[in-house]
Amino acid sequence: MTFREQYAIPKRYNTLSFVLMAIGILSIVILFFTHGAHAEEKMRARFWASLLQNSVYFLLIVNASMFFIAATTLAWGGWQMSFRRVTEAISACVPVMGVITFIILMAVVFGGDHTIYHWTDTEHVKHDHILLGKSGFLNKTFFTVWTVITLAGWSYLGWKIRRMSRSIDDKSLTLEEGKKFIWDNTVWTAIYAFLFALTVLSSIPWFWLMSIDAHWYSTMFSWYTFASSFVAGVALITLFVVFLKNNNYLELTNKEHVHDLGKFVFAFSIFWTYLWFSQFMLIWYANIPEETIYFKMRMQPARDGMPASPYRVIFFLNLIINFLAPLLILMKRGSKRSYGVITMMCVLIIFGHWLDFYQMVMPGVSPNKVPFMLADFGIALFFVGLIMFLTVRALAKAPMIPKNHPFIKESIIHHT
Amino acid sequence: MAIKKFVVGCFDEEQVLFSAVKNVRKAGYKIHDVYTPMPIHGLDAAMGLRDTSLHTAGFIYGITGTTVAFSFITWVFTTDWPMNIGGKPFFSLPAWIPIMFELTVLFAAVGMVLTFCYLCQLAPFVKKDHFHPRSTDDLFVMAIECTEKTNEDEVAAFLQNIGAMEVSTQYKETGWWMGRYDRETKLFGKQVEAVS
Repeated sequence: MTFREQYAIPKRYNTLSFVLMAIGILSIVILFFTHGAHAEEKMRARFWASLLQNSVYFLLIVNASMFFIAATTLAWGGWQMSFRRVTEAISACVPVMGVITFIILMAVVFGGDHTIYHWTDTEHVKHDHILLGKSGFLNKTFFTVWTVITLAGWSYLGWKIRRMSRSIDDKSLTLEEGKKFIWDNTVWTAIYAFLFALTVLSSIPWFWLMSIDAHWYSTMFSWYTFASSFVAGVALITLFVVFLKNNNYLELTNKEHVHDLGKFVFAFSIFWTYLWFSQFMLIWYANIPEETIYFKMRMQPARDGMPASPYRVIFFLNLIINFLAPLLILMKRGSKRSYGVITMMCVLIIFGHWLDFYQMVMPGVSPNKVPFMLADFGIALFFVGLIMFLTVRALAKAPMIPKNHPFIKESIIHHT
Repeated sequence: MAIKKFVVGCFDEEQVLFSAVKNVRKAGYKIHDVYTPMPIHGLDAAMGLRDTSLHTAGFIYGITGTTVAFSFITWVFTTDWPMNIGGKPFFSLPAWIPIMFELTVLFAAVGMVLTFCYLCQLAPFVKKDHFHPRSTDDLFVMAIECTEKTNEDEVAAFLQNIGAMEVSTQYKETGWWMGRYDRETKLFGKQVEAVS
């Protein structure tokens, strides 16, 4: 069997990604002039909040791809080997996306405005005993240093793991070399998983997202964010796999692999709901004002003359798209094996979790009105175009199939 | 139930079994079942078995569980015995979701186990007879059902030809029946030799 090993980037694909990025840049410029350059601090915050939401969301979903590699490698999985280069290519977006996110975060933290991160207002923190108590953690120095370590760590370890995977492209391994190769991979992905636990699974969502509502805290928050980004990340992998299959690449990948990716999307949608609900129910049950404020801003119905929260529709739409739709549609075996249905669901889920991040970020900036503009979608399109562009560039650099990997046979005979 | 005649072929290799299944189906014989010591991936597809409807049954049991939990708790806490718990409304859905979830799982799990037992004709005191005792150890056993038109010698020769290492003709009662050992000896007149 001969493989099409070298990916040739279609011209129209590249044009499309540039068009998307152009729309995105146009949206950023428009939003900058309507809000970003505004004299009022609230309006400026809305511009930065949109950038923050989009950059953090898309960074976390491309990074989820590396976590997918780490998790499958540590579990000694072989089934994903036929499309492993796709996950590697997506994770190659992390350094660029990381730099963009870093610039935006630094602009928000050191920009002089305090609407998004009001813990950056040192004068205010002195009189606020809750923020004073958190100031050992929530301060500009710790935020910056930890963000740099995180982004550098993700980028370096991702680069290292990708390079190890490419190092066996030209030679077939003996049994001993194969064992050593698997062991080295296990060690490096374990280091990555450790860093991932310290960052995405704990501190990073606290810093980047939860500190927008600085008085409020939830220990479930990071897991919930992780579940959100991981399910969207697997959906992104599935989209690329289906796209490449439709272009006659990835000869070793078939419906069995897409079925398993579909299972991942289905299972992690349920996992996301589980975490979402665990966070919600404990706060609802205890009914302590400083905790319920988070949900009051997002789902309060109209009562006693007070208007309903403007985010109520988004709040419930979020549950419908991210829980009910995958539960009912992806439950059937046939829908996980159908390229059409799985593509539609993956697009829907990526949008749904984008909406989830939207309602994490925006109520803290604009509590009385949903500041929704088409430009928000436009900024999302910029990152979509960027991911499309960077991923295929990374894909074209290496053979499409790691044919010398010791576990490749497991992927060829894979059967669900 | 009716007692039927079967031609039974034993195979000791997976590859041989797969091509044998294909050949038997091509020749037009009716495979009653293939008994294997362990699950073999792809054998169901090779035999042309349809997908099990156990999933659908599970889904129906699951939503039955959800509905039962939801309606019962609603009735208890709003009509039968309203209680003030922490000042919450009587109808407070978030608190019930864990119980609705648990009853969904319980109904689906128990229902599916019972359905599985029914579909596989398993129950306490139901006796099952093996076509070959080694089908639980190291042999793949294929049973071909004979109709009145089937020439059993021809089938036996065919099986031998496609790689069966052992062929026999046996009479079995299909379906399930409550086992009594005296009945069993009457039924299985022709004994299959035990493994030494």
